Amino acid sequence: MSKEMIKQYAIRLGDDAVVQGHRLSEWCSNGPFLEEDLALTNVALDFIGRARMFYSYAAEIDGGDFTEDSYAYQRDCREFTNLLIHELPTGDFAFSMARQYLMDEFGLAFMECLESSSDETLSAIAAKAVKESRYHLRRSRDWMLRLGDGTEESHNRLQKAVDDLWGYTAEIFELDELEQGLANEGIAVDTTALKSNWETAVAAVLGEATIDVPQGDWSIRGGRQGMHTEHLGHMLSNLQFMQRAYPGQEW
Amino acid sequence: MSEHMKLFEVFLRSKRGLDHKHVGSLHAEDPQQALEYARDIYTRRSEGVSIWVVNSTDIVASQEDDCESFYDPQDDKPYRHATHYQLPEAVNNM
Repeated sequence: MSKEMIKQYAIRLGDDAVVQGHRLSEWCSNGPFLEEDLALTNVALDFIGRARMFYSYAAEIDGGDFTEDSYAYQRDCREFTNLLIHELPTGDFAFSMARQYLMDEFGLAFMECLESSSDETLSAIAAKAVKESRYHLRRSRDWMLRLGDGTEESHNRLQKAVDDLWGYTAEIFELDELEQGLANEGIAVDTTALKSNWETAVAAVLGEATIDVPQGDWSIRGGRQGMHTEHLGHMLSNLQFMQRAYPGQEW
Repeated sequence: MSEHMKLFEVFLRSKRGLDHKHVGSLHAEDPQQALEYARDIYTRRSEGVSIWVVNSTDIVASQEDDCESFYDPQDDKPYRHATHYQLPEAVNNM
């Protein structure tokens, strides 16, 4: 299995983490109350830390001048290969929590599988991430129940969020040639195998939260191929501004 | 913040063998959420291995007015202080 493929895979996972982390970080100082603000920022930092590990590994494989920062700050939209669900705007609190829950439920199972990857570095990163993911899931699942089974307004907002997000969950469980090849070698996670457990777990939590499981009659994909929504560019202009304006700036 | 959020006091044990110390307070909907927020707010830099959260309203506190009757009588009873004992080196954290 070529190292180049593993590098591409590490970049994908880094992209997922950095975009997810950045969206969460947008809650910093905007949280509903101080305690939740701090908790959300903690989770954001977990994902930024994850992005650093995946990007560093990619840079190491690359062996060139690229660093973890180059991947985050010096690539444009089409070079980002994150799943689309991560780049959708923060939205209201219900939207952010619904996305977080859907992805935490996936993320924990994913990292548990990646932990047994035959690639030692990916496995080590996953081992660290699993512990964080357990806590993330505990938090976001709790919010699903609070909001879904809370007031009429929180229920309606959460139902709308889940409906709006649902079509973006399809691509999470699809493998392209690169990931299928790596999965066959025991390096990448075969996400298709995680789908039914995810659906069962999500249906149970949505049920308890009195939220209807969406019909699933639409789906959007393309993130892994660099085909993004209009939101990623705006996000990157924010994330990358300093390095674009002052290349190589350090502090 | 919603008006009905309760106030909780947070106690942390920094390592095994030590006792829990009061580190601050926070708002949360219920004890379980308070525990999670305590984890996020007070243990970010590995400050603890165990957390207690307690409803602030459950704490019964002595009052300023009680000072005279509570504490002043101790001032002239030096024989209650174990000042003449030498502590062995092995006894830490006392």
